[in-house]
Order: sequence, then structure tokens, then C-alpha cells
Amino acid sequence: MKIVIEPGRAAAHYWRDLWRYRELMSFLAWRDITVRYKQTAIGVAWAIIRPALTLLVFVAFRRMAGLTAGAVPDVILVLAAVLPWQFFSTALSESAASLISNTGLISKVYFPRMIVPASAVVTAFVDFVVTLALLAVLMAWYGVTPDVRLWALPLFVLQAGALAFGLGLGLAALSVTFRDFRYVVPFAVQLGLFVSPVAFATSQVPAAWRTIYSLNPLVGIIDGFRWSILGGRVPIDAAVMAMSVAVTLVALVAGTWYFRRTERGFADAI
Amino acid sequence: MSDTVVSIEGLGKRYRVRRSQSGDRYQTLRDTLAHAASAPLRWLSGTSSGAAVFDDFWALRDVSFGISRGDVIGIVGRNGAGKSTLLKILSRITEPTTGRVTIDGRVASLLEVGTGFHPELTGRENIFLNAAILGMTRAETTRKFDEIVAFAEVAPFLDTPVKRYSSGMYVRLAFAVAAHLEPDVLVVDEVLAVGDASFQKKSLGKMHEVSRGGRTVLFVSHNMAAVQALCTRAVWLDQGTLAREGPVSEVVNAYLRSGEQPTTALPGQPLRAAPSLDLLRFDLSPNPLTSGGRLNFDLAFRAREATTISELALLIYSPLEVRVAILDLRPFGCPIALAAGDTQSFRGAFKSVPLVDGEYHVGFGLRASGHAADHLRLAVLRVLGPPPSAGIVPYAPEYRGVVEMELEVSPAHG
Repeated sequence: MKIVIEPGRAAAHYWRDLWRYRELMSFLAWRDITVRYKQTAIGVAWAIIRPALTLLVFVAFRRMAGLTAGAVPDVILVLAAVLPWQFFSTALSESAASLISNTGLISKVYFPRMIVPASAVVTAFVDFVVTLALLAVLMAWYGVTPDVRLWALPLFVLQAGALAFGLGLGLAALSVTFRDFRYVVPFAVQLGLFVSPVAFATSQVPAAWRTIYSLNPLVGIIDGFRWSILGGRVPIDAAVMAMSVAVTLVALVAGTWYFRRTERGFADAI
Repeated sequence: MSDTVVSIEGLGKRYRVRRSQSGDRYQTLRDTLAHAASAPLRWLSGTSSGAAVFDDFWALRDVSFGISRGDVIGIVGRNGAGKSTLLKILSRITEPTTGRVTIDGRVASLLEVGTGFHPELTGRENIFLNAAILGMTRAETTRKFDEIVAFAEVAPFLDTPVKRYSSGMYVRLAFAVAAHLEPDVLVVDEVLAVGDASFQKKSLGKMHEVSRGGRTVLFVSHNMAAVQALCTRAVWLDQGTLAREGPVSEVVNAYLRSGEQPTTALPGQPLRAAPSLDLLRFDLSPNPLTSGGRLNFDLAFRAREATTISELALLIYSPLEVRVAILDLRPFGCPIALAAGDTQSFRGAFKSVPLVDGEYHVGFGLRASGHAADHLRLAVLRVLGPPPSAGIVPYAPEYRGVVEMELEVSPAHG
């Protein structure tokens, strides 16, 4: 094996290296999960408590606002949005912060840097899978049975992951140079919760606002979740879905491009 | 076999240093936005092009050399000479600005002991994590696991979080993982600076073993004795350029010799030897001294206030920073009580200084009124070789150790 180091050369074997270092990605994800629950009394139960409490608060708000929809139990309608939202927001904020919180690694060891934000998304995904158990239990309790549309769920999970990864790559690279993004990201995520259909359904948005509203790629993802889990009792709109996929692809391509372009300077700038 | 494993051609690394008063390392978005927003104004008024905001700094410049298979190369130089930058480029952590490096084989680098160790994880977990970070596969790590644990001597604590380890155990474990990598080229930065003496010896032994196995090692250290013990060749970097490259003793000696000019005089002001004691005089004569000759010394102190000198010893260090001798002056009158303003001198002679030619540092250690202090580099003693015996050229000083012993041999046959 011959390694050539030259200015601008890092690109040459990037994707091959990324594949070679895939084990490191799972190790980093494993580290983050293990460390998170060490010295906690209830361990993984924390992964359930977070969405459960969010669910409780949102359901209570809906009751007070008289938003209850009818066809679908409120609890399931809200939880079907809380889960993808939490997966997306955790994956996004962790991957955006991942480079800065692994400064030591980046300035002392070589590996394709994309592994770091990617492992943050994997970590969030593991938590997400745990929370699916909560959904399964509540669906059984309320007697909501999914139909064949459930098979489409992994696609929406994949889309949520891809969107978070794409945005996370860009934000992680930006925050190496501009530490401002450490403050921007949590705020944006907080705001995002209110402009995404988590506490309400897309059908409750006034028709005049729908077009602007659907520019938010989370609309398509969350609607997709509800649609596949609730067996189509919540409709999806083809135009909204197409927009959501398009925005996801743009985020992924732009994030990757910016990350790759700035990556060679990370060790010097961080 | 001397095929080239690493070849470095015209390597350079430029850093752009922002010329700013604040010394802030990170740009803020606000600065950038403000700069961008005012750009049209600056352009209109034609003042600054904005290019002058950065200063160029070359951490490495036009460095070229080659390394053969099985070589152990020491990289020496003062702080900021570009040693770490070179290692970072070879480890692919950062890219060069100019030039090219070709490496034939797998590179593993150990720029820091325990990179990626997580304090909350157990010893066992950290071994796997650290190994993955250093580029080992899970299968390789499993195979070498027992060997690593044995080397690190942490078997009873494998399932304890490393945050509860002593610093010695931590370092041993971290080094053990790295030492069991099997790269073709191993890059090591100053890791032997940590750990106790027995562990340092063990790590040096391990690195010897690595190089005997035909692997190439690049080793940066400020410990010249370690470099000489471990390396076959050396590279001396000075302000980013290659000052010298060649056999280790040659390069190390040249590097050390560049260090300082011989002086025996103290700088203008008296040296504060202890809080209440000034050093007035520290003379060695003759200097240079012929090996085996008599060396006179003359020290004088003045007390600022009432002081008791309870210990005083002269210390001699070799060019490799190894202590050669300690000359204990306690039997000559200590403890000595001084009143404020009193002066106390010590005059005497080393009857014979049988040192190999070279430059030695002379200083002293002192304990006065409970304060202990070492002043190690007060004078450079230059020792000249004895006149060579008829017809025989002596071995070069770097092969002769530090002591020039007197010899009496009666060759007899039968």
C-alpha cells in the first residue's frame, strides 16, 4: 500500500478510507451510548422518559386548546410526531456539536472526519429505536393497528436521518471556524419544534399557508410517519412529500460538499 | 536492505496567522459579517484590499529527506522548530502546503498517550476504543488483547473505569495499546516523557523490538539520551528547515553544540540563589580544561537577611543532560549561619576531572533556611581531550561515554 501526501491530495482515497474506518464509527457511537448511561440509576429508561413527558405536555395542551382531532387517539397522533422529531433534533444537534466535542481526536489522529458526525446520527438512531417500544405499547393500549403502510416507515426514518446528517455536516464544519453555531443550533432546534407539525396536524394549518409551510422538510417526514403508523388515517400530500425529499437531498449534497471542502483545515482551525 | 520507505520532498507547511490585537483564535460570525458588509465601502474608498489581515508563517519549509526500511529516526530541534508539524503531516492529520511525501505501507501515529480514552469507560472498553481510533480492527485487537493487558500490568483493574486509575496505570495502558499496533511506519511524539523510570525502560525496549522487526520508527523527543539510545539516524530541524540529517550521534552532537556559547561569567546582576541569598561569583578555572586536569572553583554568596546554608553541592551535567557528578560541600563547614549582609565564599578544586572531551554544564544545588533550589546551567565547562598517545587516533568523543579513565596495562604473552 502506498500513501502519497500532497497538498489537496486528501480527497483521493476519501470514500475508500471512510469504508475502512466504518468500525471506528460504530465504536464512537457505542462509546457515546455507553457513557451516556453510565452512573445513571435508571439507564436507558431516560430514552423513554423524554418523549413520554413531551407527549404528556402536548396532549394536555391540545385538550386545553380544543384541538382534539377525533378519528385517531390524540396520544398516538402526537407520539407519531414526537418520535421522529426527537430523532431528528437529537441527531442534528449532536452531529453539529460532534467535531468540537472531539477536538482531541481530530487534532491527534487521522481518520475521515465524516465519521464523527455520522456516529452522532447513529447514536441518536439507537435511542430512537428504544423509543419505538413506547409507541408499540401505546398503540396496543389504544387498539390502533397499523396496516401495510407500516413498511414504508423505514424510508421516513432514513429520510429524517439523512436530513439531520446533511444539516449536521454543514453545521459541524461551520462551527469549527465559527463557534457561534454552538448557540445557533440549540435555538434553531427549539424553534423548529413549533414550526413543525408535532403538537398539531398538517390539516390544521390554514390552506393559505400550506405552501410556505411545506418548505419545512420536517412536515413531509412527520406526515409520513403518521401516515404509515396510523394506516393512512392521516393523509399525505404528494407535493409536500416531494418538496421534503428535495430539501433533504439539497441539504445532504450541500452539507457534504461544504464539509469536504473545509475538512482539510479542521486540525489547524479547531 | 535499505529501500526507501518514506520519502519527503520539498515539504512545506504555511499557517496563516491573523494579525489582530485581540489574539482571539476563533473567528466569530459577527466579525466576518461585519467585514463582508463593509467591503463595498472599503472598495469605494480604495483603502485596504483586506489581504493584509493575515501574516504567513512557515512552520516547515522545503524539507527533504528519505527514510529506509528498519531505520529509527530521531527528530530533534528546539520548540517551534516544526517537529510536531512534520509528524502531523506524516500522520495525515494536516495537509502540507507544498511538497510531497510518499509512504510505502501503513502508518500509525502516537502523538499523544491515550488519545480518545474516555474516563468513564473501563480499561477493557478503552482498549478496544483506543485501538479502533489508532486504526486496528476489532479482530486484531481481540487477538492481541491478552498481550496488551500483560504489557500494561493492569489485569486486576480491567473492569474499573479508567478515571479511577493512577496516572501511571493510565499511561501504561495507553502506551500498551499503541505499542501493539503493527504498522510499517510508527510515528511517536515525546510519549516517553510520561511514566516512571521502569516503564520508560520497558517502552524503549518495546520500541527497539518494533524496529528490529523491520519496521520504521520516527521518534520526536527532547530527551537526547533517549534519542541516542533508540535511534540509528537523526534529523535536526531548525526554524522549519532541515539543519542536518545523518547518523544519530553526529546530528545530536551538532544540535547540542549549537545550543549555547561557553561562558563562566555571571550576567550583570547577582543571581538570587535562594530567597534570602544572592550568588555573587561562580568561577571555574581553567576553562577550557584539559581532561584529567585540576579544576578550581570559586563561589561567593551574600545574605540579604539572616540565613543558614545547610546544604551545598556542585553538580555537573553531560551534554545529554545526564548528571555526571555531585560534589558535596556539606563536610566543609555546613551548616553555615550568615547574618544579614554577610558574604560567604567557597574556594577549592576538583583534584582531577577525568571527563571525555565535550561541553558540560556546571551548577549547584542549595538548601538555605529550608528553601531548596537547583541552579543547573550556571557555567559551561569545556573539556578538551588529552594529548593523543603516539600514533593512535582516539575514538570519537560520542563513542567514549563520559569518563576518561586512567589505564595501566602490561601486555604479556604466554
